[in-house]
Amino acid sequence: MERIPILQMGEFLLVTIQVDMHDRLAMALQDDLTNRISKTSARGVLIDISSLEIVDSFIGRILGTIATMSQILDAQTVVVGMQPAVAITLVELGLSLPKIRTALNVEKGMELLRASVGRRSKESGNGRAKR
Amino acid sequence: MAVQKDEVMSVTSSADIVLVRQIVRKWSVELGFSLIDQTKIVTAASELARNMVDYGGGGKLRLEALSEGIRRGLRLTFEDTGPGIPDIDLALKDGYTTGNGLGLGLSGSKRLMNEFEIYSRVGEGTRIAITKWR
Amino acid sequence: MSLNGKTTIPEILKKYQAELLTDWLKEQAAAGIRRDNFIKETELRQQCSEFLSLLTNATQSGNLSDIFAPEWSQVREMLTSISNSRTRQGFTPRDIALFVFSFKRPLFDHLRKEFAHNGEVLADEIWSATDLLDKLGLLTTEIYQKNREELIARQQEEMLELSTPVVKLWEGILALPLIGTLDSARTQIVMESLLQMIVETSSQVVIIDITGVPTVDTLVAQHLLKTVAAARLMGTDCIISGIRPQIAQTIVHLGVDLSDVTTKAKLGDAFLVALSRSGFKISRSEGEF
Repeated sequence: MERIPILQMGEFLLVTIQVDMHDRLAMALQDDLTNRISKTSARGVLIDISSLEIVDSFIGRILGTIATMSQILDAQTVVVGMQPAVAITLVELGLSLPKIRTALNVEKGMELLRASVGRRSKESGNGRAKR
Repeated sequence: MAVQKDEVMSVTSSADIVLVRQIVRKWSVELGFSLIDQTKIVTAASELARNMVDYGGGGKLRLEALSEGIRRGLRLTFEDTGPGIPDIDLALKDGYTTGNGLGLGLSGSKRLMNEFEIYSRVGEGTRIAITKWR
Repeated sequence: MSLNGKTTIPEILKKYQAELLTDWLKEQAAAGIRRDNFIKETELRQQCSEFLSLLTNATQSGNLSDIFAPEWSQVREMLTSISNSRTRQGFTPRDIALFVFSFKRPLFDHLRKEFAHNGEVLADEIWSATDLLDKLGLLTTEIYQKNREELIARQQEEMLELSTPVVKLWEGILALPLIGTLDSARTQIVMESLLQMIVETSSQVVIIDITGVPTVDTLVAQHLLKTVAAARLMGTDCIISGIRPQIAQTIVHLGVDLSDVTTKAKLGDAFLVALSRSGFKISRSEGEF
């Protein structure tokens, strides 16, 4: 079965969604990401959806679930590059995804991840950062 | 109101939902809808197609290009022969769901379109017609 | 119609043109059409005389019922130009239509003199005349209406363009000063152009200033919240500034939840927050003054 590739960049995982996802592909991504986070002890996940032409409530829910699951596994999720038309439609649909962190593009998303991971390392007494 | 063109496709599996999105996108572009309206129409179609597959046991989608005076529009009619919806008002409430979705399918797609008509009988099926004008 | 079944109105118009003109001008003065200084006596006389001769020419065809026929084109053109110029000068539609309707009495008077002995023909001729003049009078009103509609459409377009200025305040900081009432159509345009600018400028903070928004009802508040939510989905923070005391009260009364949105009273305060969020610091240079 077709799968969406997950790239590892240091302590972060990077996913770029470039196809119109059918439901099973989205479910598979959710499983794969959860496994990879736990296997690699990643601190952050960046999902680039700039090529996605629509996000309906199903894909929205998958994104939300990924964010919550990664949180439990001690990783931050940032969704980047949502198109204006997609954002307006999601809000009209009634789905404002309050739990998901967002950024304009991959670069800004990376900055956000680094900043939040750095801050949390300090809070937890330099636990993992110094490792 | 005149129907300029129409087409029917069957929607039975979750893989068909992607096909629905593609064909609805194609029609919206042909009718000259703005990018934002295209996105709204495709999203609404995706929601209703998934509802039909998940709860109605699959069904048919009819696409119709409409014209009325100087207005042009796109009407999508989703029809299944599934169990039907016992309480339509309740089903139209935000967040109400019988499955494991977010319960935004019906109410959300209603907000995304200009017109929304629903007809359902328990044991016979459900027909939902949505229209967007430009 | 006259004895041979044909209308005599074309003949009467031709025969009594001078008298009709004098009577018509008197009638217009009596009807109290607002002239002020807009139209000089000589200009009005010239307009009326020209119209009368065009009208006479047009009627010679014998067609008194279809003013959209080709032989009436010059009359229509003249009425269009009179309506247009009078609309611009601020005449009311009543005044413009009276230009035509005031011609009824002079014409009827002459018809009555001509057919004093034959009541049946007189009634027929008066009917033809009134039917014709009504159609011409209504035409001026239609032209007036069309002028107005074009004006309104043009102004609406200009308003929409004017009303959505998205300003880049600083690297990564946009401002959207909203002025006037927010309805659905306008909010949609505002939202679209704002989100598009966010992408183009990669801005991380947007200040929506509502100092110029007179009232905030539930709908306006919802529109604002939708804009904020859409911007956030794209990765941009919104700050709402310019909330006046009454508006703050209304928002609370309406039960609108703005707790997830940063709000500031003044645009300047919002700008400071935006700068500090973007990592800039402002300080006054010392010892220079």
